Amino acid sequence: MTLFIEQCLNGLQFGLLLFLLAAGLTLVFGIMDLVNLAHGSLYMIGAYFAATFADWTGSFLLGAVLALGATLLVGMAVEVVVMRRLYGRDHLDHVLGTFGLILFFNEAVRLIWGAEGLSLPLPSWLNTAVRILPGFDYSAYKFSIIVVTLAVAAFLYVLVMRTRVGMLIRAGASNREMVGALGVNIKLLYTLVFGLGAALAGLAGLMQAPILTVQIGMGENILILAFVITVIGGIGSVRGALIAAIFVGVVDTLGRAYLPELLRLVLSTNAAATAGPALSSMLIYLLMAVVLVVKPEGMFSAGGK
Amino acid sequence: MSAPLLQVKDLAKRFGGIIATDDLALEVTQGQLHAVIGPNGAGKTTLIAQLAGQLRPDAGRIDFGGRDITALPMHRRSRLGLARSFQITSLFLDFSVLDNVALAVQAHAGHSFRFWRDARGEQELRQPARAALERVGLSGRAEWPASALSHGEHRQLELAMALAGRPRMLLLDEPMAGLGPEESTRMVAMLRELKKELTILLVEHDMEAVFALADRITVLVYGRVIASGAPQDIRANAQVREAYLGEAEAEAGHG
Amino acid sequence: MRRVSLHDVAAAALLLALALLPLYTQLTGNFFLLTLFTRIVILALAAVSLNLILGYGGMMSFGHAAYLGIGGYAVGMLAYEHVYSGFVQWPVALAASALFALVIGALSLRTRGVYFIMITLAFAQMAYYLIAGLARYGGDDGLTIQKRSQFFAPIDLSDKTQFYYICLLLLYGAIYLVWRLVNSRFGMVIQGARSNDIRMRAIGFPTYRYKLACFVIAGTLCGLSGALLANQADFVSPAMLYWTRSGDLIIMVVLGGMASPVGALFGAVALLVLEEALSGITEYWQIILGPLLLLVVLFARGGIDGLLRTLGGKVRAKAGT
Repeated sequence: MTLFIEQCLNGLQFGLLLFLLAAGLTLVFGIMDLVNLAHGSLYMIGAYFAATFADWTGSFLLGAVLALGATLLVGMAVEVVVMRRLYGRDHLDHVLGTFGLILFFNEAVRLIWGAEGLSLPLPSWLNTAVRILPGFDYSAYKFSIIVVTLAVAAFLYVLVMRTRVGMLIRAGASNREMVGALGVNIKLLYTLVFGLGAALAGLAGLMQAPILTVQIGMGENILILAFVITVIGGIGSVRGALIAAIFVGVVDTLGRAYLPELLRLVLSTNAAATAGPALSSMLIYLLMAVVLVVKPEGMFSAGGK
Repeated sequence: MSAPLLQVKDLAKRFGGIIATDDLALEVTQGQLHAVIGPNGAGKTTLIAQLAGQLRPDAGRIDFGGRDITALPMHRRSRLGLARSFQITSLFLDFSVLDNVALAVQAHAGHSFRFWRDARGEQELRQPARAALERVGLSGRAEWPASALSHGEHRQLELAMALAGRPRMLLLDEPMAGLGPEESTRMVAMLRELKKELTILLVEHDMEAVFALADRITVLVYGRVIASGAPQDIRANAQVREAYLGEAEAEAGHG
Repeated sequence: MRRVSLHDVAAAALLLALALLPLYTQLTGNFFLLTLFTRIVILALAAVSLNLILGYGGMMSFGHAAYLGIGGYAVGMLAYEHVYSGFVQWPVALAASALFALVIGALSLRTRGVYFIMITLAFAQMAYYLIAGLARYGGDDGLTIQKRSQFFAPIDLSDKTQFYYICLLLLYGAIYLVWRLVNSRFGMVIQGARSNDIRMRAIGFPTYRYKLACFVIAGTLCGLSGALLANQADFVSPAMLYWTRSGDLIIMVVLGGMASPVGALFGAVALLVLEEALSGITEYWQIILGPLLLLVVLFARGGIDGLLRTLGGKVRAKAGT
């Protein structure tokens, strides 16, 4: 039973990590109508920065903070140099242009850091367990991921729902031209929103670095999941992204944990071992396909387009 | 008294809190030109969209030629002979003018699962297309890219495309929109010609044109029919005058 | 008397050059070139099939590489089961691709825009994971093919020159087929639907079924390309289906130019030759390719095809004065 709870918590943690990515994507798409394939690259850069800065400063936290700032800067630079020229264009142009960015970033990282990948070891004070329930310990670090991402989700909620900037964001999501007509500095707003998305992606990247991976191409694998979540949750809806992300995270994790066992009932051990992960990966895409066929605008899509 | 070609009953459509079409009833007799007028926001384009099949009504029934077409998809209505022009120019801008009309002809010339023959060489498609262009006065522009036409010529092309399918009835959504005085006169003359062989439902703002052409007029305000009848009766109708006078007064206030 | 444009000359030159390549290879002994261009020709076929739905149909499928994998694995799996006859393998590859395209297309074409992009991507990833999950056929590691597809003598696919010409013939056939298709009634509907789908339906076309048919045709052609690729590499792996491969195909189509069937060929040649040339200079060549792609998107949207037409126009204008 405790194993099941642990897997559920893992699923929650993974889902919340995905939420950070998906939130940035959905905001950028909802407000600037920009499809950004290079979002995964920002996630990768966050992880690489964190590993490097933590190594230089000797402090995990300081490294994380610096990495966050650095990713934010990179994100804003990308927005000013590249994204501004893509606004208003066909989505195909976005996909192609940002695909070019992916190639560039992957190679740039390889040039700077080498092909091997890095590691980011956990500091000892995080490398322990917390007692969630009597007799049930959970990884302190994973628990802190849950706490941090929930805090970020709350922060986003306050930002989008209760501040003036948030109001502009929501208005922009349903009617871009109007916001421009109101005399708001659209350029600055867009740069900030994109920067926010980049920071969220970088945060996700650096947080998962100690437990998952820091390597080239890590962005692409998770990007698709983030897109799937964005589509299921409805483009432009942060709330939708949160719900969809948690759902996807839990389904994916539980699927990976239990499907191989279920399959072993019908297949040979070897076949089940290969088919298990494959099937659980397929599950998410199947889900998205079902959602798209049933409700093409996503479950919680924001204002009319 | 012939049966109406188009019959609409109890039509209703809401968008969230906004009632676009409210318990609307309408009849168009074959051979007539029936005009629908009303102030801005009256739901005229929404009505056309529902008649053409682009929007599904929330309630009500639409009969065309005695057949219930309420649930019929757009392309089927066109096949039945109900053609439509668009208020906002909706053409194939990257095709030539002739190609545009030829497409409209092709839609009614059997199926298009023909993979080999050059469609631009098929006289069966090109001849009727040229004829339709001749009708609306655009023959000289046949080889031009559609994007190169003026706004008035776009309206003419719209009409040519609607005609190319040899429809029984035309739904015209503000064909005069944006036309200068000379072009307007030409369009009115053309519509008068078309009246002789087609049934027309005309949505328009241009009152001169409406009163020059219409056999019957229906007045729409906030999605509701407030009056329907012969032009002289509409002109004299107190409610109609108020609806329009009210608008004119508001305009005068700002002028 | 039709004026011959720069674009036409360039296209003819390329087609001729490709046809004469094996002679050059024989003379110089540079057989690597033959292998490289066999691969280019095969992928050009895939790109031509993508151009049909993307360039002419406006359907941006980000899962087209799936058909490469399906066609390839049909050959690979049958070969593994000791069925080497091309007369069985290739029809199966085509049929499987067609079926897959039918199912995916039927579902995906209900959506538009970015949703269409995502759903085609999702289906391709599903296929990727499905194939990677088949332990019997190598899973992640892929599957080696012991013998190439067998036909009756004298056709021998392991003869490099013969194989090259077979691929080239199929490519030329595909280009011609696509050219006839896009100018036919069917092609008019497809292009019209790309230009203005609502208007097409308003004038009476049930666009969905035509787009679906187009989708299936493109998928089947790409499946053929996959079967060829499997033979060329004597190997198939799930990587053939990964979404970045679909991205490569899209790059070829856009780089080459979407307005003509030959455009995709230009793109395939340009991209793969560029890859070879650049990786000779630096192992970090993608750092150049990335921004290059971005620049093409921003400033040379019509691709190589478009550039040739523009240049040709300018040259003719100059000659006129």
